[in-house]
Order: sequence, then C-alpha cells, then structure tokens
Amino acid sequence: MDLFDNLSLGFSTATTLFNLGFCLMGVLLGTLIGVLPGIGPTATIAMLLPITFQIGDPVSSLIMLAGIYYGAQYGGSTTAILINLPGESSSAVTAIDGYQMARKGRAGAALAVAAIGSFFAGTVSTFLVALLAPPLTAIALQFGAAEYFSLMVVGLVSSVALAHGSIIKALAMVVLGLLLGLVGTDIYSGAPRFNLGIREYSDGLNFVAVAVGVFGIAEILRNLEDEHERTVLIKSVTGLMPTRDDWRRMVAPILRGTALGSALGILPGGGAILASFASYTVEKRVSKHPEEFGKGAIEGVAGPESANNAGAQTSFIPLLTLGIPANPVMALMIGAMIIQGIVPGPNVATEQPALFWGIIASMWIGNLMLIVLNLPLIGLWVKLLTIPYYVLFPIIMGFCSIGVYSVNSNVYDLYSVAFFGILGYALVKLRCEPAPLLLGFVLGPLLEENLRRAMIISRGDPSVFVTRPISATLLFIALAVLVVVFLPAVRKKREEVFVEES
Amino acid sequence: MKKLIAALAAAAAVTLYSFAAGAQAYPERTITVVVPFSAGGPTDTVTRLVAEAMSKDLGQQVLVENVGGAGGTLGAKRVADAEPDGYTLLLYHIGMATSATLYRNLPYDTLNAFEYIGLVTEVPMTILAKKDMEADTLAELVDYAKANADKVTVANAGIGAASHLCGMLFMSAIGTPLVTVPYKGTGPAMTDLLGGQVDIMCDQTTNTTKQIQAGTVKAYAVTTPERLDVLPDVPTTAEGGLTGMEFGIWHGLYAPKGTQADIVDRLSKSLQVALKDENVAARFAELGTKPSSEPDATPEALKAKLESEIARWKPVIDAAGQYAD
Repeated sequence: MDLFDNLSLGFSTATTLFNLGFCLMGVLLGTLIGVLPGIGPTATIAMLLPITFQIGDPVSSLIMLAGIYYGAQYGGSTTAILINLPGESSSAVTAIDGYQMARKGRAGAALAVAAIGSFFAGTVSTFLVALLAPPLTAIALQFGAAEYFSLMVVGLVSSVALAHGSIIKALAMVVLGLLLGLVGTDIYSGAPRFNLGIREYSDGLNFVAVAVGVFGIAEILRNLEDEHERTVLIKSVTGLMPTRDDWRRMVAPILRGTALGSALGILPGGGAILASFASYTVEKRVSKHPEEFGKGAIEGVAGPESANNAGAQTSFIPLLTLGIPANPVMALMIGAMIIQGIVPGPNVATEQPALFWGIIASMWIGNLMLIVLNLPLIGLWVKLLTIPYYVLFPIIMGFCSIGVYSVNSNVYDLYSVAFFGILGYALVKLRCEPAPLLLGFVLGPLLEENLRRAMIISRGDPSVFVTRPISATLLFIALAVLVVVFLPAVRKKREEVFVEES
Repeated sequence: MKKLIAALAAAAAVTLYSFAAGAQAYPERTITVVVPFSAGGPTDTVTRLVAEAMSKDLGQQVLVENVGGAGGTLGAKRVADAEPDGYTLLLYHIGMATSATLYRNLPYDTLNAFEYIGLVTEVPMTILAKKDMEADTLAELVDYAKANADKVTVANAGIGAASHLCGMLFMSAIGTPLVTVPYKGTGPAMTDLLGGQVDIMCDQTTNTTKQIQAGTVKAYAVTTPERLDVLPDVPTTAEGGLTGMEFGIWHGLYAPKGTQADIVDRLSKSLQVALKDENVAARFAELGTKPSSEPDATPEALKAKLESEIARWKPVIDAAGQYAD
C-alpha cells in the first residue's frame, strides 16, 4: 500500500529532531500571535519569510510556517473566548457562546472544549488530506461561479440562526454587513464604490479592522460603562476542565463540525469561511436546548471550533494538489516554497514526496503539540482575565492597533477600527448582534462576485443556477432552510426559541 | 556680524562634511524595499530574492515591506512621498507604466516622482486554455475564438493585473473582443481554468509553468521573441502567427525623486551584482524568467522602458475603455 509508505516517509521526515524543533517553534509562535489580539498569521508569516532563507531546508521552513498557521487557529479562539475578540472570521462564531461561557466563569471549560475539538478535527482532517487529496480536488474543481453563488446563498439564509435575539434585527445586521462589503472597487468595471474618495479604501474595508472594532473595542466600551460590572474581569473561575455533562454534550457537535469543516475547507474560493458559521447553524438547529445558544452553550463552541480547524487543514488540499492558494496564508506558503526553489504545482506530491508527506505528517504532530501545550496553558490564559482593566484594556487596544496596521501598513485601517468600535457599541446598546453583520460582510462580496461571474459566463442566462446539479442542490438546501424558518408550525417553536430577551 | 558669518560658514562646512561622509558611508542602516502587492505573490517573491542578494553586496539588511492596494499605486505613492535618502525603495512591475493610464486620478506624477535604479527582470507571459479546449495550435485557437466570440471566455486576475493586460493585448491582436471574466487574484482565476469553468487565460510563467508541465492546462504560446528553456515545446506568438503580442511583465527598482546620484549609482551597481547571484538566477529560471542583463539593470534603461511602455499601453487601455478609478 502506497499510502503507508508515503506516511512513513512523511513521519520520518517530520520527526527528525531538527524538524520537530521547527514544528514546535511554529506552533508556539502561532499560539502566541493568536492570543495577542488583532495580530494574525498573515502578517507574522510575512515577517518571517526572510528567516526561511537562513533555515535553508525548505521542509523545515514550511513545517514552521504551517505550524504558525494552525497554532494561530488555536490561539485565536483564546481571545475570542476570553475577551470577545475574534482575530479571524472563523473565531467570530466561537466568540458568541465562548465569551458567554467565560462570563459565567466557565472560560476554562470553553478553552478546553475548543482545544479538544480542534485536535480531534485536526487529526481526522489530516488523514483525509493524506488519503483523499486527489479525488477531493476533482470535486472542488466542479465548483464554478454558479455553485459558489448557491453556496453563499445557503450561508446567508442560515445566518439568521446566528442571532439569539430578534430575527428582524438579525436580518438588518446581515444586510448592513452586505452593504459594508460593497465598499471598495467593482471588480468588473473598475469603478470605485462607497470609498468616500479615499484611495486607501479602494480594496474594501479590512476584515480584521471591522471585527476588532465591532467585537473587541465595542466590548471594552461597554465594560467601561459601569465600575461595578466589568464582565471582562472574571473573579471566580469554576473548574478548568469540562464536566462529565460537557463531555456528553460536545461529542456529537465535534463530529458534525469536523465533517462540515473538512468538506467546506476543500473549496478554494472561501468555503472555509463558511465552515464555522454553518456548524453553528446546524448545532443550534439540532440541539435539544436551542434557547441556550448565545448564552453559553458548549455545543456552540465545540462544533464551530472543530469545523474551523478541520477547514484549516483541508484548505491545504488545493495548495498541495493544484499549487493554488486557498487564502492569503497559503499564498505566503507558496512564496516561501519559491524562495526555497520549489515551485508548487500539481506535481509537487510526485516531485517532492518528502516535502509533501513531511508537511502532512507535521500537521498532525503540530496538532498534537498544540493540545499538549494548550491544555496546561488554559489556567494561565484564564489568569489573564484577572489583570486589572486599567492595564488590560490599553494593552488590548495597543495590540489591536499594531495587528491591524501590520496587515497592510495602512493607517486608514486604524480609522476603521475606531469607527467600527463606536458603531459596535451603538449596536450593543440597540441589542443588535455583531456576528450576523460580520457574516454578511464576509459573504457579501463573494455572493456578488460569483453571481455576476456566473451571469457573465452564461451570457446573461440565469437558468445556470438550476441546471447545474451542484448549484441546484445547494439552492434546494437554501429553500429547505427557509421553509423550516418560516413554516407556521415550525415558526411557533422558533418564537419560543428566539424570543427577545427582556 | 563677522561672528555670524563665521558661524554660518562653519555650519555649512559641517553640513557639507557630514553630507559627504553620509554618502560615503551609505548604506549605514537597513534599507526598505516597498513591494506594492501582498506578500507571497510573484512580484513579492522576485523582490525577496533580489533583496537577499543585494543585502549581501551592500552589507546592510534589505527588508521587504508589502504595501498592497489599488493595483500597486498605494505603495508607489508611499515611496514617492518618502525621504529621498536611499533607504526607501520601490520595486514595481509593468503596472508603473499602465497605471499612468488606468488611473485617471493618480496621486503622483509617474515620470517625475522617481529616480530610476534599473530593470530587474522581464517575466514572459503564456497563452493558455482549459485542458479540453479543441484547438491544438495558436492559429486554431485564434480561429476558434473568432468563430465563437460571443461565448469564449478570457479569465484575468482583476483590472490592471498582468493577465488583464495580456488579455486586452490578445483581443487587440486577433481583432475580436471576447468575453472577459475578472477574478480577484490569479489563484481563483487559475482554479477556474483548471476546472474548465473558463476557456482562455494569459498569465506570467511564474504562475503557469508548473501547470503547463503537469498538463493540467493547454499552452499555446509564449510572448517572448524566443522559446523558453523551461517550456521548450511551447512556440512563440510570432511562430504561431500572431504579431504585436511580444511583451513581458518587466520589473523595475525605483527611489524617490531627489535621491543623490551617487546613492542611485551605488544601488544600481548592487542590483547588477545581485542579478548575477547564482541563487537568484537559479530561482528565476525555475519561474521561467531570467535576471535582466547588466545594460538593462541601469537607470537609463529603466527610464527608457517606462517611457516607451506608457506610450505603448495608453492606446490599448483607451481602446478597451476600462479604467480603474
């Protein structure tokens, strides 16, 4: 069996002391930048590219860079849970219930669930990458503009489930997010849109800036309101580890999240973004206690975290089998390979078997290191919350500003943080949820881009959306979700679930 | 009064001295090269390879800073406004010339905002089609495109991208407008070409060589006067019977206007040394390109290139009638 030989080649490459060292360095660094609010893996890997010249061995450099990437996925959920500050779109979902768990003193359990879910998902999806990368790639290539459009429709239709208050407000937030996503340049005509004549906004608003503003800064402002109710600072933390009941409740969400994340991560055009949102929707739908979602449901952390990590691993598939990056981090990995003299392409697995299988093996080793590192660290992270607010808040703001600026070296991104911080605070006061806004903001441009591209390719014939089988299936799913939401009998139950907290 | 004059003279002498000493000591600290695109892309990779080799020659670190956005013009603007002290440079590709026409409200004067250091490389373009395209030769592809002009789709990576320029040039060379399908970046465009969702794309060898070698796409021509070593079976556009298609994505190194001549000269020499570096040549070759020759890696050659390219692309862009602002 080839696979066995390949995997053993991979493990023998990845487990040399040298490479283990780089893997450890990568995941440590990744965890650290993930924990620092606002600083993401893209900027870090870009800063470390010159170092890869010095390392010399391409396998070691890539193992380290990959470690930073998935280390940041682990670390990013830490800030989302502890201080309601998601660094990436995927952890925006974790923030919803994770932060509520933290406010109830269950930060430790939330962090543990996130780590355990991520590890399980990472293990399964790594083996998926090893076993099925080529056939999965063939499926991903079936996704054209029409299919992506329909996928985004499913995402948007499901997004109302993210809200735990009024459904009207959730819809309003999705629409506001879609509108914010229009800022930038029309990619088909080149016309600037809603950029207020500021060239720095011609590529649109920066996701990190918007997320840091509406989640993090807004939360800090809210906490400054009342001396006595600073919820960021949790005095009593009950139990660092999940209880027996938690374990029982998190198994199924982790399994479902892993499956969803693995499937969506394969799609190079933004599928991975949907993974955690989709998982949250599914969990809320199948849960026996949907009323707990948004108030600290452990399923709302377990599912999306698993989905997000599974997606992060399988998003290596397009890179490894096609030589095409699925996201900016993957683009950096390609840059790093070229600097080392390896031009990635469809044949990288046959031309560079040690590199290819070494990276795959290191993914699993990296995940193992992360869980070993992170479980004991939970106590330490939770202690961060006992730092007095007059120290903690300025530090958060400082790191956020550095992080946001480091993405594009663009000062206008900092103005965005300020603006969206105030907007986010206003939304909190109006009892509007920021998560649907963020989903609309992320999906809007993809929705528009693919709708218009599908129409251009079909020469203006809208029937492509229903005549292409994958697209038709996805639209049918969207319709089914709509029916479930609006069917009278179901709606009655819905209202019980979504009743406005008063 | 005399005292004042003496003081002024002394001050002037000190200034002059330190000026001369400063130039002598150049470079005495880290140099930053601004790449006006995100990290990981072809221009970024080219810059990092050259920067690494230049830092060996200059004895100072040459850092790469990515200032992406607005087709590269944000980064160019940053350098145009930077202190002209030789510590902030710009590495920009053909976009330097095309943005002069693509952007009608450019915040800097392309021809008068920079000092020229030299050409770095000229990356060839390849004309590709999806794997199951019927046409086997460039001539057949052109015939097919002309016969099916209303349904043949040409992908590109967005307005102003190399693939966009090449697509415009291809359509103008065959005298037939085709259906243009823009993407946000080369990655998604290439994915759709691999999946057969679009028909034709023309892009830099940095992005296409491996796909061509693997047979995942069909290659019809390279836009160079001669065939490439990495793709010996792919004919040139001229061999394929298409004229006016010869071009490449040339990259130039610039400094802000007002940088002292001796610093520009030093940088130009250093660029020439870097381009002879074995590692740079080897990496460039894998990407299907080669370092610019010594006479090209000079201020004069870059200046001439920029001027001629602005003149070349203006009518092509105006004819397409599509602008980026």
